[in-house]
Amino acid sequence: MDRREFLKIVGISSATTTAVLCGCKPKTGETAASGELGPIPTDKMTYRSFPKLGKDKVSILGYGCMRWPTIPAPDGKGEMIDQDAVNELVDYAIEHGVNYFDTSPVYVQGWSEKATGDALKRHPRESYYVATKLSNFSNSSRENSLAMYHRSFEELQVDYIDYYLLHSIGGGGMDNFRRRYVDNGMMDFLMEERKAGRIRHLGWSFHGSKEVFDAMLELHDQYHWDFVQIQMNYVDWHIAKGSGIGAEYLYNELAKRQIPVVIMEPLLGGRLSKVPDHIVGRLKQKSPESSVASWAFRFAGTPEYILSVLSGMTYMEHLQDNIRTYSPLVPLTEEENQFLFDTAKLMEQYPTIPCNDCKYCMPCPYGIDIPAILLHYNKCVNEGNVPEDVQDENYREARRAFLVGYDRSVPKLRQASHCIGCRKCVSHCPQRINIPRQLHRIDKFVEMLKQDTLGVEE
Amino acid sequence: MNLRKIRIALATIFFVAITLLFLDFTGTIHVWLGWMAKVQFLPAVLALNVGVILLLILLTLLLGRVYCSVICPLGVMQDVFAWFGKKQKKNRYTYSKAKNWLRYGALGVFVAMMVAGFGGFAALLAPYSAYGRIVSNLFAPVWQWANNGLAYLAERADSYAFYETEIWIKSVPVLIVAVVTFVLLAVLAWRGGRTYCNTICPVGTVLGFISRFSLFKPVIDTDKCVNCNLCSKNCKSSCINVKDHKIDYSRCVACMDCIGKCHKGAIKYARVSKCQSAKCGSNKEKVDNSRRAFIATTAAVATAATIKAQEMKVDGGLAVIEDKAIPKRQTPIVPPGALSARNFAQHCTACQLCVSACPNGVLRPSTELDKFMQPEMSYERGYCRPECTKCSEVCPTGAIKLITREDKSSTQIGHAVWVRKNCLPLTDGVMCSNCERHCPVGAIQRVPSVEGDDHSLRIPVVNVERCIGCGACENLCPARPFSAIYVEGHERHKTV
Repeated sequence: MDRREFLKIVGISSATTTAVLCGCKPKTGETAASGELGPIPTDKMTYRSFPKLGKDKVSILGYGCMRWPTIPAPDGKGEMIDQDAVNELVDYAIEHGVNYFDTSPVYVQGWSEKATGDALKRHPRESYYVATKLSNFSNSSRENSLAMYHRSFEELQVDYIDYYLLHSIGGGGMDNFRRRYVDNGMMDFLMEERKAGRIRHLGWSFHGSKEVFDAMLELHDQYHWDFVQIQMNYVDWHIAKGSGIGAEYLYNELAKRQIPVVIMEPLLGGRLSKVPDHIVGRLKQKSPESSVASWAFRFAGTPEYILSVLSGMTYMEHLQDNIRTYSPLVPLTEEENQFLFDTAKLMEQYPTIPCNDCKYCMPCPYGIDIPAILLHYNKCVNEGNVPEDVQDENYREARRAFLVGYDRSVPKLRQASHCIGCRKCVSHCPQRINIPRQLHRIDKFVEMLKQDTLGVEE
Repeated sequence: MNLRKIRIALATIFFVAITLLFLDFTGTIHVWLGWMAKVQFLPAVLALNVGVILLLILLTLLLGRVYCSVICPLGVMQDVFAWFGKKQKKNRYTYSKAKNWLRYGALGVFVAMMVAGFGGFAALLAPYSAYGRIVSNLFAPVWQWANNGLAYLAERADSYAFYETEIWIKSVPVLIVAVVTFVLLAVLAWRGGRTYCNTICPVGTVLGFISRFSLFKPVIDTDKCVNCNLCSKNCKSSCINVKDHKIDYSRCVACMDCIGKCHKGAIKYARVSKCQSAKCGSNKEKVDNSRRAFIATTAAVATAATIKAQEMKVDGGLAVIEDKAIPKRQTPIVPPGALSARNFAQHCTACQLCVSACPNGVLRPSTELDKFMQPEMSYERGYCRPECTKCSEVCPTGAIKLITREDKSSTQIGHAVWVRKNCLPLTDGVMCSNCERHCPVGAIQRVPSVEGDDHSLRIPVVNVERCIGCGACENLCPARPFSAIYVEGHERHKTV
């Protein structure tokens, strides 16, 4: 049996298993999810529309396609998209009113567009809006950019794209913007495409400094941005770690110009749902039935110029929880808003690393699993398993939890000790984390744990 | 109380404990049971542990070869097989004459190999180390798989009670040796009981010599004996000559099986005060000769022991990591505490206890002929971590002497050598500081690759005076399969 044949068999058998599972799915799914909280509504989703966007009615919950589930590849090397799971998630989302899907040619090792397209093509074209991006980071030549643009149509299997974004404006300043989109004539090309209707709305996603943001908005008269995608959450509202520019400023500038805003990282890659225990207690005390994550989603969805809030939902539970939060959206009151800002202040005391697990830094050429290391560290910070001194009361337990958990989360060869400090990852991080410095710091910490020299004077 | 039951109970305790000693990879059990390896005969001889040797000799002089049926794990393992053999066919043994030429021949070969410095080959015959190899090569993987299963469950339950451990074949030749030993002993013991112990085992031969003179022995009461042969048919040492009512005490392992088997109560474990038969006298000369031979060989054993980038960068995914290859080392590396390659080779009985205990995947048996099966160090899977002194704690033979963390950090077991052609700043043009950053003694600094040009990429240089040869640099070097820095061993360790 050759490999192709094998894959075919695996494909068929897994498809049938899902079919079998799907057969009884609606019932079990609903009972499991309903329970105390009642069934998940299919017709209560909040939609947003803006004159600029014509008749579009976009669900406030947008599906971020950056975190599709993967499974180990049958050849044992690496992994592959779990297409059955993707289909299941997409079907469920559409069934419950989600209609905005945001992807990129580079997401999930370059497989996201195809996987998203495969799942969406099973639904009528007018039942969803699809957004993708020109992610010409590594090669911004006109040929490569055009090829990437055309490839998106093929992968998504559509003849028009609803929302098209210039991907990650800000890194490398305006020079980089001009290099990637102006000098190679791509801006002119994309404006033509918009005129021709193959791009319905043109916008950009932003990770950068105030100067670049202002400069981009100055270009509004020339390019007529239809929408802009920014990072926003209650922790970053006043000032964001890294860029130093708060979402408050970004949002207000856009609202001033009546440009609809798509929100990314409302949950900071899960960091606003995996919070220290007493923060959980604080949020739950306010509203025992609401999930921790729902606060972040309500925060992101409340302002009026928000078009959609993206969430990269890998698991059905997350999708269900978010649908519930937004069916319909209950806007935050002024008091609740303040409550969240106070919560953000409390969370600052936990020295987590602002990694959102977007995997832009990956693959590390030396095989290090950067997000897994940072996530393990954050988990231990939140669980109080990052001791400061061998004299600490819970030192032995914390040490064991950190070290055993480290080996579980990250294979030895992919741990921080193997980071050589080549700095190739640094420019890829949209959160501007100094990755090598953080990895070396964690490595040093691990070394001190192993040697029991934490806090011991040399 | 039934003597046989006492023997079985004690044997079970020793057998289980020593087996656990080899299976434990967490380093907790040896604190409590480490002594059980140290009271093994050959390790005690190699460690020149006079107290233990005297104790074992006294024990044998008093009670006979109880060492062989209680303390020796390989002996007890054979009893287990023999028990199955007896299940299959009752009364399966018969008396046979002692094969002295084979016994003394094997002992002679063993001693000769030890003196000649082929400790590894000598260890092929040695009982304790043979058992160690069987456990660490055959039983340990099963134990570790079970542990990993529990670790998997613990992970699901958010518990840190179990952690996963890596299972790898440390040496194929040694695995083969272990399998062959295991199968051979299983067959021999199944069919004939203690065949190995009374023909090949050098410890059995030495103790057998002593046990002729032991105070307590099983003796046949000729008045009660009806020559039914039942005792002889159940003697796994095949040493009861019913016709002459004689027991060959050099082969008797004091298992007490015969005592219970006799319907007439004709066999007693009792003190034998005087030589009663006339024949005894005629044997005297022979005994003297062999005594002389024995003393000579013991002396010989003692001396042997003392001498010795693409178009589109996509997000996510993991780069494939190539396995490290073992570099060619001119001098092998032996652990801190070994003092010197020579001391190590002379004391090591290749029991694999340190190999089982090494938590860093550093120790593995050598496949070189002169040190066959004796452990050596290599750094592809890990390095000799500063806080670890496990091998020195478990070694029963004094091949790796007990060493403190502090002494270890100043003991030079080798030195690092830089390999220009593999070094990343030069091959890939990237900055790399991994070896420097991980050197526990600050022996590595980085200098500009172009002399005088401070902006050129930096390359590591080793201060061999400070380097202790722990292999952190070699193990963590990103160059693959061959590291750009590797450790050469030192013949004799020194303190820096």
